[in-house]
Parts: sequence; C-alpha cells; structure tokens
Amino acid sequence: MKNDLTAKERMAIPRHDMPEQSPEIRKNNFEEVPLGYSEETAIKEAQRCLQCKKPKCVQGCPVNVHIPEFINKVAEGDFDSAQKILLDTNSLPAICGRVCPQETQCEELCILANKGEAVAVGRLERFVADTARLKAETSASQKTEITKPDPSARKIAIVGSGPSGLSCAADLLQAGYNVTLFEALHEAGGVLVYGIPEFRLPKSIVKSEIDALLAKGANMITNAVIGRLYTIDDLLDEEGFSAVFIGTGAGTPKFLNIPGENLIGVYSSNEFLTRVNLMKAYKSDARTPVIRGNHVAVFGAGNTAMDSARTALRIGADNVYIMYRRSRTEMPARIEEIHHAEQEGVKLDLLVNPLEFKGDDKGWLKSVVCQRMELGEPDDSGRRRPVPIEGSEFETQIDVAIIAVGTSSNPLIRQTTPDLPMNKWGYIEADDDGITGKKGVFAGGDIVTGAATVIEAMGAGKKAAAAIINYVSC
Amino acid sequence: MPYKILEKKTLADNVISLWVEAPQIAKKRKAGQFIILRPNDKSERIPLTIAGVKKDAGAIRLIAQVVGDTTRELADLNEGDFIRDLAGPLGHPTPIKNYGTVACIGGGIGVAPMLPIAAAMKEAGNHVVTIVGARTKELLILEDELREASSEFIITTDDGSYGEKGFVTDVLKKRIADSAKIDFAAAIGPVPMMKAVAAVTKEAGIPTIASLNTIMIDGTGMCGGCRVTIGGEVKYTCVDGPEFDAHQVDFDELQNRLGTYREQENKEEHNCKLEGKV
Repeated sequence: MKNDLTAKERMAIPRHDMPEQSPEIRKNNFEEVPLGYSEETAIKEAQRCLQCKKPKCVQGCPVNVHIPEFINKVAEGDFDSAQKILLDTNSLPAICGRVCPQETQCEELCILANKGEAVAVGRLERFVADTARLKAETSASQKTEITKPDPSARKIAIVGSGPSGLSCAADLLQAGYNVTLFEALHEAGGVLVYGIPEFRLPKSIVKSEIDALLAKGANMITNAVIGRLYTIDDLLDEEGFSAVFIGTGAGTPKFLNIPGENLIGVYSSNEFLTRVNLMKAYKSDARTPVIRGNHVAVFGAGNTAMDSARTALRIGADNVYIMYRRSRTEMPARIEEIHHAEQEGVKLDLLVNPLEFKGDDKGWLKSVVCQRMELGEPDDSGRRRPVPIEGSEFETQIDVAIIAVGTSSNPLIRQTTPDLPMNKWGYIEADDDGITGKKGVFAGGDIVTGAATVIEAMGAGKKAAAAIINYVSC
Repeated sequence: MPYKILEKKTLADNVISLWVEAPQIAKKRKAGQFIILRPNDKSERIPLTIAGVKKDAGAIRLIAQVVGDTTRELADLNEGDFIRDLAGPLGHPTPIKNYGTVACIGGGIGVAPMLPIAAAMKEAGNHVVTIVGARTKELLILEDELREASSEFIITTDDGSYGEKGFVTDVLKKRIADSAKIDFAAAIGPVPMMKAVAAVTKEAGIPTIASLNTIMIDGTGMCGGCRVTIGGEVKYTCVDGPEFDAHQVDFDELQNRLGTYREQENKEEHNCKLEGKV
C-alpha cells in the first residue's frame, strides 16, 4: 500500500483515540486500560504524519527513534519493517509505547501539534510492537533460536535489569559482547515489574521483551545483590568482567518526615506497589499480604502517585484521595494518568499539606491532619510555592496512607565502592556518555540523574553501551 | 542459581535446620548477616539470619521456626529439593573484635543467629558468656553447638524444666549484681526479651546490640517496610541494620509493626481449618 497522500489530505485526518476499558469496569480489574489501535486505525493515524524532511520529533526522543520512517511503514501496512526500524534504536518498543511521556517528548515537537494535535507516535509504536509480538507468539516457525554468546568475547557486567540496564545490554549484545545482568530481586525488569502496575504495563509484555534479550544470549542472574554478593571491584578484579555498567535506579523511598509515619498502614509507594505488582498481592493464590484500606490517601502527584491510587481502588478501597500541596497545573503526572485516575473515581485533594498521622493505641493509622495551602511566588523550580493558610488545619479519617513523594539513591553500592565518585545526594557522578570517575565503571539512569523516565534511562543505557564498546576496544 | 537443600533436620517441635547450597553467599557472608528467601514461586519473601556456613561445601545454614505460610512452605521442602529464590548476604556484619567479656543473649529461635556471633566473638579472643532462654526444655535448640562456641554457657527455662528457672535477664542481672565484668552484649530473640535485656544493660552501662527481625520485602532498601526508629531517627533494618544499638531501639513500635499482617494471617489459617473440617 502506498503512503502518498498530500499534506493537505494528511492534515484533514483527525487524531485517533485509542479504545479503552470503561472506567466502571476497569476499576475492578488489573487488565490493561487502553486496548490499542486496530490495523485500520493505525494506518489512518500513520497517514497523518507529514514525513518531515527534518523531523523534530526525533530530537525529542531520548533514543532518537527514526519516527517518520517507522510511521511511513505503518502507513504502507508493512508492520514488520516498521518493527525493524523501531528496534534499530529502541530495544523495548512495546514498553516505551505505553509508558513514555510522548506529550513532552516526540509528540510535543510534532509540527502538527502546533496546528492542532500531534501524530500519536506512542500509540503507533505500541501498535507496531504488539503486532510483532502477537505474530511471533502465534507462529511456531518464528521461534527465535537462542544465540550463544561468543565465549571469547569480552565480558560486560550490568548491575540492575531495569530500563537502563536492559537497553545497555541490548546494544552490547548487538555488538557481540558477552553480557551478564545482575538483578537483586527474583524477577528481571526493575521498576517495570515492581513499580508500574499491570493495568498500565502488563508484565507479560515486559517478560517477552526480556525474553528477546535472553534469546540474543544475555545471561540474567537474579537474586544477585551487588554490593553484597559481589562488590563492583569483585566483578572487575575477580569475576573477569572488562567493564561494569551500574543501572540500579534511585530505589530508596522518601518519606514525609512528619509524626506518625511509622504507624501500621503507612506505606511507601514502593512497598505498596511492590506488594501488589511484583508479589501479586491482588491475586488470591499469592501469599504476600497487603492492607486493603477503605479510605486511602496518597501523598504526591506524579505518575507513581496515580499508579498507587488506582491500585488502591482496584484492591477494594471505597475512597481514594490524592493529597497534593500544590495545584492541578503543578502536578507532575502525565495528564493522561490524572485523567484515568479521576475517571475511575480517585479524588484530587489539592493545595493540602500533611502535618501528622494519628493512630490508635495498637499503632494502626486512623487519620491524617492536614492544612490548606495557597499558591505564592514561584520557587526555584519555577512553580508557584505553596504557602500554608493559617488556621486551616483539618483531619481526615484514613486507614492506609501511601507516600509517593519521590525516591533517593540506594546506599548499597555507595557503601561498598568507596572510590566511585558520588555527588552530595549520593547519585553517581557520570558524564553524558555514562563515564564515571572509576576506571571500567559506567553508570546511567536514575542512579545518575535522580528519578526520571523509563525512556531517559534507556537513552542513558544506550550511550553508556557506546562508551563501554569504545573503552574495551581501546 | 540453584539453592539445593543438602541437609534437613528437625531441631525441636516446628523448628527446622537446613543446609543450603549457595557457594557465593557462603564465601561472602559474615556473622550477623541474613538472606531473603522465597520457598516457591507463590511465596512471600522472608528474611532469615544465616546460622552457619561450610565454605568448603559452599553451603549456608538456615534455621526457621514454622510460624506462618512461608516458613511452613519452607519446612515442607525436603533434602534434594530447591528453594526457589535466595538472595544475600544482606545487612551489615556484627562488629566482631576483642571487647574482653561478651555476653551473647539469645531467646527462642534467636539463639540460631546467635551461634555464629558467639563463635566469631570467641575466635576474636573474647570470653564469651552465652545465656539462652527457652520456654521449656523441649524448645531449647543448638545446645551442644552453643556450648562449644562459648566460654561459659547458661540455660534458662521459663518453667524450670531445664537449666535455671526464669528469664535470661534474671541471670544477666545476677551476674551484674555479682560485679561480673561484661564489656559488650548482643541480644537476639523475641522483642520483649530484647527490650528487657536492653533495659538491664543500659542501667549497667554495657554497650549492647540487638539484631532486629522486621517485616521485609526486597532487603535492599527499596521498600521501607523494615523501617524502625533508632534514637528518634528512622532507619532501614535491611541496609542500616540488622543490628542496632539496643539502647536506642523503639521496641514498642517494632512490636506493633511486626503485628501488621497478623490478623490477615490468622484469618487465612482460620479459613483453612474450616475447610479441613468440611
């Protein structure tokens, strides 16, 4: 099929919505909310792309996916070629198509965004990756053979199997290196499996993307806590690795540091989501318990806060509040996630600052005391600073509180690698190519930048892979 | 990585000892450290302190008391079976050095993690006085091995069925009252026991560590479920502990938090029993 519409014809096509489960139904299940484009819709949406000669969208992508090229193949109905183009730069397209904030990356820079609505790059990426996966799953002949890495190739260790580690591994495998990933948990994927909920990113998709890496010869060692089982120096000096990439993420939860935070029922979002996602507490045959509150307050307003609130609803809460000290415009979550949460019945309680958790004599959380805020002058972040309103304190009855106000660096590698330079917040100091102050050690993702997005971590993993190849071949 | 059960023994009613193949952990582990395991792929992750090591055999020893689903699933495994997941060694090791005289005070299942600490303290040149408590004679475990690892070994039972009648703190208080020299103490056991020991040693001015066994998921500082209050500051047992200055631990909060899922577990057990009868 030819993709030969005129610019005028392309611009006449409206952006296509993606069908999704209705809020009333989905708030009671863990199945994915958006259902994906049909072939027909995908082709129509792809036809909207103006095929710019100097595409700005590509610059907006941390891994510079060849966006117009893959979309052109979708418009032509050649989905296999579209997938090949995606995989050239992005080893995890089914994941990125779902969790990337396209509206602030590729789609924000789309020429059509100025004149109306951007091409739905993320939805098309998702469509292509899903189509390729379904095809591979249904055709037995397509079964990929497991490539054995060349034993004589240099060994590279990757610490952490989240987005940065996976993308770094993919590029190193492509270049023929012998890659071993060390994962501290019992399952590979990092934040993709413990953090992001099933209804936003089905774990079967994560698994299939990881399986594809394993088929290319990656060696995955789970239950391997680096810093304890092996130190970074052990890997370089004793285990025969020529280089190490550290992509451990910024995994330690921040708390509010207010009284009562150790009461029973107060969770970090990490703990709450890990219990439900990784340990499957929502399933009846899983042994890991979680407190299923009736009245749940989530503190914070990023994507993790939305994930926590929507998860709390799904495991049975009657009321879920997002309590945030600024206003709606300052909420860091993707607009789509806020929209989904509100549709499902999550209540936004904005300009509210928690002061204290109160509990009963057995140590169980019973309520939170908050005060109302108003917006003052802009602060360092450029957002208007929330200022307390005198005498506005109020108390809300809750039985579960979920703290989703960010993460900080994990101390394990810091404690055991004294000669690896870190900044004052405990993040590893690395340049744009992931080169650290310790020979043979590279780093990227949240452990360098602090909490960021999946695709930014993947971009850092790719850059580090290039730097590692350069380092070991010198 | 395989985590094969090389040897399984029953030490007391509902208390099992396992030697598990885990060569790299056996190589790396030091006294006081723990692991997190999952018996099967539906199980919860639970922390267990490493009770011993055979470096040559690449094996670590785990001792567990069956108290809930996960420990039951672990106890259901036999020699030759595999533990699904096992991660470690986690936490900081015990600060082993020559203090002079060290009191190692263990209660209940807590005497198991005390065994490698007592042995390491003795090897470091300390005079090790081990005081272990059990409710009754039948529940006392590792008697011979602890005696071997200690310079002096004292048993107490709540009911007087073996050793001295009373609590470990009674023996400790008496020794302190008799002006026996104790330079350092380590306490591992039920929270009320550790709290009582801490109160006694604080009054006597003896530096004391307590090894805390909290609820945990990942064991790497990622979930914060294991947080405890130490001297008014929040600490993570997994990466900051598991041992803390016993005089600074908020034991009441710890006891409360350990009860987080007790109701849910009891309810499940209750249901199971009902189903069994039908």
